[in-house]
Amino acid sequence: MGFDILSAIVLLPILAGVVLLFLPPKNHKLIYSFALAVALVTFLLSIVVYVGFDANGPAFQFVKQYDWLPQLGISYHVGVDGIAAPMVLLTGVVIFTGVIISQRIDDRPREFFAFLFLLASGVFGVFVALDLFALFFFYEIAVFPMYLLIAIWGWKQSREYAAMKLTLYLFIGSVIALVGVLAMYFTSGLNTFDFVRLLNEANFSLEFQKLWFPFVFFGFAVLGGIFPFHNWSPVGHVAAPTAVSMFHAGVLMKLGAFAALRVGIMLMPEGAQFHMWWIILLTLINVVYGAFIAMTQTDFKFMIGYSSVSHMGLVAMGLATLNHDGLVGASIQMVSHGVMTALFFAVVGMIYDQAHTRQIPELGGMMKIMPFAGVAFIIGGLVSMGMPGFSGFVAEFPIFMGVWGETPWIAIVAAISIAVTAAYILRAVGKVFFGELPEGLQGHMHDIKISEKLALGILCAIMIAIGIFPSVIVPMVEHGVRAVLALVGGA
Amino acid sequence: MFGSITPDMILAILPELSLLVVLTVVFIADLVLPKERNTWLPWITAAGLAATFVATLLFARPVENELVWGGMLRHDLLAYVGKLLFIFTAFVTTLISVKFDKVTGKGEYYFLMLASTIGMTLMAASADVVMLFLAIETTSIPLYVLAGFMTGDNKSTEAGFKYLLFGAMTTAVMLYGFSLLYGFAGTTNLYAMSAAIAAGSVPGPVLVGTVVLVLLGLGFKVAIFPMHFWAPDVYEGAPTPITAFLSTASKAAGFLVLIRVMLASFPQILADWQLMLGVLAVASMFVGNVVALTQKNIKRLLAYSGIAHAGYALLGVVAASELGVASVVYYLLVYVVTNLASFGIVVIVWRAIGSDEIEDYAGLSRRSPMLALVMLLAFLSLAGIPPLGGFIAKVLVFAAAVEANLIWLAVLGVLNSIIGLYYYLIVLKVVYLGQPKSEEPIAVAPAHGVAIVASILLVLLLGVVIAPGFDWALAAAASLF
Amino acid sequence: MDFLNSHLLSLILFSPVVAALIVLLLPGENKTLARRVAFVLSLVPLALTLVAWFGFDAAPVVDGFRFQEQTVWYSAINSNYHLGIDGLSLSMVLLTTILTPIAILASFSVDEKVKAYMALFLALETGMLGVFLSLDLLLFFVFWEIGLVPMFFLIDQWGSAKGERELWGGMKVPARRYASFKFMIYTMAGSLGLLLAIQMIGVVSGTFDLISIFQTWPALQGELFGLPVATVKSIAFWAFAIAFAIKVPVWPFHTWLPDAHTEAPTAGSMILAGVLLKLGAYGFLRLVLPLYPEQAQQYAGVLALLATAAIVFGALSAWAQTDFKRLVAYSSVNHMGFVVLGIAAAAYAAGTESATIAMNGAVLQMFNHGISAAAMFFLVGVIYERTHTRDLEKFGGLFPLVPVYGALLILSSMASLGLPGLNGFVSEFLVVRGAWPIFTAYTAISMIGLFFTGAYILKGIAKTLHGPLNEHWKGHISEINRRELLVMAPLVVLMLWLGFWPAWLLNVINQAVVALFG
Repeated sequence: MGFDILSAIVLLPILAGVVLLFLPPKNHKLIYSFALAVALVTFLLSIVVYVGFDANGPAFQFVKQYDWLPQLGISYHVGVDGIAAPMVLLTGVVIFTGVIISQRIDDRPREFFAFLFLLASGVFGVFVALDLFALFFFYEIAVFPMYLLIAIWGWKQSREYAAMKLTLYLFIGSVIALVGVLAMYFTSGLNTFDFVRLLNEANFSLEFQKLWFPFVFFGFAVLGGIFPFHNWSPVGHVAAPTAVSMFHAGVLMKLGAFAALRVGIMLMPEGAQFHMWWIILLTLINVVYGAFIAMTQTDFKFMIGYSSVSHMGLVAMGLATLNHDGLVGASIQMVSHGVMTALFFAVVGMIYDQAHTRQIPELGGMMKIMPFAGVAFIIGGLVSMGMPGFSGFVAEFPIFMGVWGETPWIAIVAAISIAVTAAYILRAVGKVFFGELPEGLQGHMHDIKISEKLALGILCAIMIAIGIFPSVIVPMVEHGVRAVLALVGGA
Repeated sequence: MFGSITPDMILAILPELSLLVVLTVVFIADLVLPKERNTWLPWITAAGLAATFVATLLFARPVENELVWGGMLRHDLLAYVGKLLFIFTAFVTTLISVKFDKVTGKGEYYFLMLASTIGMTLMAASADVVMLFLAIETTSIPLYVLAGFMTGDNKSTEAGFKYLLFGAMTTAVMLYGFSLLYGFAGTTNLYAMSAAIAAGSVPGPVLVGTVVLVLLGLGFKVAIFPMHFWAPDVYEGAPTPITAFLSTASKAAGFLVLIRVMLASFPQILADWQLMLGVLAVASMFVGNVVALTQKNIKRLLAYSGIAHAGYALLGVVAASELGVASVVYYLLVYVVTNLASFGIVVIVWRAIGSDEIEDYAGLSRRSPMLALVMLLAFLSLAGIPPLGGFIAKVLVFAAAVEANLIWLAVLGVLNSIIGLYYYLIVLKVVYLGQPKSEEPIAVAPAHGVAIVASILLVLLLGVVIAPGFDWALAAAASLF
Repeated sequence: MDFLNSHLLSLILFSPVVAALIVLLLPGENKTLARRVAFVLSLVPLALTLVAWFGFDAAPVVDGFRFQEQTVWYSAINSNYHLGIDGLSLSMVLLTTILTPIAILASFSVDEKVKAYMALFLALETGMLGVFLSLDLLLFFVFWEIGLVPMFFLIDQWGSAKGERELWGGMKVPARRYASFKFMIYTMAGSLGLLLAIQMIGVVSGTFDLISIFQTWPALQGELFGLPVATVKSIAFWAFAIAFAIKVPVWPFHTWLPDAHTEAPTAGSMILAGVLLKLGAYGFLRLVLPLYPEQAQQYAGVLALLATAAIVFGALSAWAQTDFKRLVAYSSVNHMGFVVLGIAAAAYAAGTESATIAMNGAVLQMFNHGISAAAMFFLVGVIYERTHTRDLEKFGGLFPLVPVYGALLILSSMASLGLPGLNGFVSEFLVVRGAWPIFTAYTAISMIGLFFTGAYILKGIAKTLHGPLNEHWKGHISEINRRELLVMAPLVVLMLWLGFWPAWLLNVINQAVVALFG
């Protein structure tokens, strides 16, 4: 059977986390080097998965299955489809760049990296799990460390509140989805949590699907920041330390959308069709309202936080169209937004570390001090406004096309967000990077490190590569989307 | 009366016999050992318990479910699993009693604990009302004394006395219920009762009334609403190792009896007690969780959390299915090891700083990161976070509720688990975020270290490698049906 | 040669961006090197365009386009990387590749962040060329938008350093930031409708390939999204039209332009007026007319009205300016009005001879305006670099001080004015001749507009070159230098050449016009 690469990806971080806990606590350099090495290996493994995925092959690849709790039909079953494989790569990228950026953590770094790796394992686990129980198992593992990471290493003024709010929101969502999953388990009568078997054999009745779909969908979509359950997200982003914000907005929010697609839409396609008309309205609020709120923010991180709400709304909107274009767009948007927002938070973190303020009006002139970060941020900004030639466009365009296919007026209204996004991104870029360097900051700021440039460079390269050559990701995603489409009945 | 004694019958009470031997040895040792050597007592007890555990594990596993000793005991897997659990609990409790001031060198302390353990093992196996009553008393009376063991301490004395009063009263109530049942059904055997009830020899209102009475008694043992009020005070006052013992073994023993009585004797009126227990479960969860939110003392907090956990576990009983019972058994396994770890830490911290106030845990992570980590894992397990046992246990009881089509219960349960999460996080926040009063690491006695590490490893194991534990739970459950 | 022939357009399209990368990666901070490398490399696309120009007639025609290239770009939504040119796009490509080296040469005086400046400039060229070369609707949009980015930064970073604008709320921002922001937001907001309409067409057609959409979309009948197709098309027509009208700009969507032009660096203004505005007009020709022939005919009157307004108000506004650069900026509104008038006329009476004439005139006017506006902006830039002011009131009587400059300014102004014998005359005459029978009244009013054109041009010349000498400049102003002459030379040559013998270009344009609309 060969090397079980997915399990290696899932387990490596968590094992590394355990090892980390036994390293000498004072030796920060050793801890950082070890974390970086592990992150690099994880990143490389995720590249192997991505490259090794055959866009013409079977639906699920790198599949491995081991018994876990056979009495209840629970198995450790992993595999990736065309939608999950890019997410694995995304996670690999974010963990690697996140660790690089976290070099400045000096309060208990050993615990920090251990929790971060625990989080990473959970995230990988969700993306590769083909067993609903395993999916839940990893889902909660992914959510929980956020609390500690934010509460301990976060921004002093709001971390406790934010961490608690985030944790409670996400857990309420997940346990409600859990009840839904249990209902699916017992109703199917198959005595299995196996995703593939449920997919092929469950055939839930229409009534069941109508009743349970909203629970499962929203349970997960809370993590995707869907309106009106998005409140936790900007607050959480702001309070989190840089690497955690990157992880949080970059990957974690995708978990919600991904799981909502996996468990909600794929297993209850008819329920999805029945409910989608109003869910798409909610996502519209996400998209437009998120953008407007972002425009009113003066805190740099809040602005990005709300922009995430807006962009994740587009993901949910794409999912809600249930058609080819929308799903392709949503899947790519997950990657695109993940990379972009990771980059945003990384840059904001770099600025904050030195300037000790995130108020946009109090910043300025960063382009002269950290030109590389400035250019990277601008590229991210262009992605954010959906500028063609960057990944954002490649992702958002099909989403809009998908919406056209369902409810045209929503596409028209949602388009407002593009202009609004352009406005706030340009405004921020103009002030923070090109404005006058405030006197208080003169002489205190210096350029970022080479390693940080490497991290930003990787993120930018991905956004540009997808933007110019969509075919690096599209065939794979389409491969995954076709399977979903077969369930929801073509369209 | 029993006819000829077969090897099976001996094996059925092997744990009890072994415990008796240990008890006797401790008793004698206490007499003969010179005063300065009485620190050996816990080790003798621990060694005896370990030996008992191994012996039970190897030899006492029932081949088939059968009533033995004239129908007094049932030699089945449920009892077997329960007994192992109690012996393990006693073992860990002994370990954390080492170097615990005022108890460590006292022979009677270990004697009483062992006696109580014998009572619990009998509770797990009792198939007859009379036997059951005796077992419960054997368990309880030593515990009353143990709770008030620290005679110089007002709180401890109060705890012992309170426990005694309420315990005696509820036992009386339960006894009254049993006697009514005997009067109508004409049998004391739990299994025969169900036949009598099926035959209609007990009038409906009486039957429901007796169920209520029995529930009151058992509810006291497991500390569910509305019989929970004693727990916080007693937990707070009792010596911490005894609190640990009370909150784990005693509660688990109560649950095993509850399961057996409900499913063996009252399956005919399932619908009635299902609703009743369902309401009690929800009430326990809410009361436990909500009141826990305001606690400042870690032992009281754990007491309320224990009430809530009894509520969760009750969901499995309410489901009244094989999965339900299995989930309760699994829940108890997890809950016991998790709580042992938690109280282990309370003991360690108390020894170092002499306080059980949550605010004094501030900055534990800076002082002793490993200790904090164990506490983190234990509390997260209580909160139901993977990859820890608590998560699996919760999923199982919720699954049982959903399977029994009690979705409202499952939903209320999961919402409660969120409230629970909140206060566990508050404690962890203090541990990780607070500023310690001193940077000095907290000294951990080797025995305590072994106890908490063993417990926490089991918590992890039960959370990751689920199948073996669940196999036992399932087999134990199957023995009832 | 085979490779060259089969990938000619890609080479033209991407050689600037490759050049941009080379400039960026040049070692060290040597400004002169960066400038020279950028200039030399910018000649590559020009050379390649000339290859296309001379090989144009010989190249095989497929569906009306030559040098086609096609590969899959975005498979999921069926969009291809599809390039091709006809006479219309060829003339625009030529204009772009001619103006870019000239503009780069004109930017040798830029002294700040030279590498970034040159790289952005070259990237901008790729963006513009992409619009002219695309035969895929999505690809068109990609380049349409992407060109905004370099322009935004050119204005924002290298625009005039002086001036402040007060925003609502009393916050003061540098004028160039205000202008760049306005430029970006205006154009992006305008593009939103275009974006949505493109998406809609994509959804309905299942492809973005222009050649097949040209066939299917206008012929579409029945209902769409519960509305009659005609209604949907009308809405989509306006979505397209507004996006392009903003870019042209057609009155009343022109307000971004004076700000952007005024604040942009000299070369930026040259390209902005010379090429970027043409993108809008090109959009009308390439997309709006073929995709919405009926709607275009239906609303041609409105367009013609707006065009007339642009001509008249553009001229009047220009006349009222005291800022030389703003004056030239408004003149763009005025001149582009003729382009739109020609397009409107052609749309209204498609197929008639007048329409063909008007269309030819419009396209030629695009080219001509590109040349003369570039020249005008450059000359304004030259004087600004010497005097650091653009206030017309502060000049005066400079002719004796700078005779060569003066001569060039007069020549360019006359070309802009439409003096017979210079390029502007030919195209404006063609537009007027073609539009007259179709929109007589509008054309007549436009003629009055021409009068004002004369007025502001003369005002510009008079205020700078003639009148009493402003003593202040004596000894402070130097004659136009050799590099600047080198910039002007090709522009002057083209003005004269197109004035005397426009046929060389008109033939190519006419080919396309006849093929498309004849």
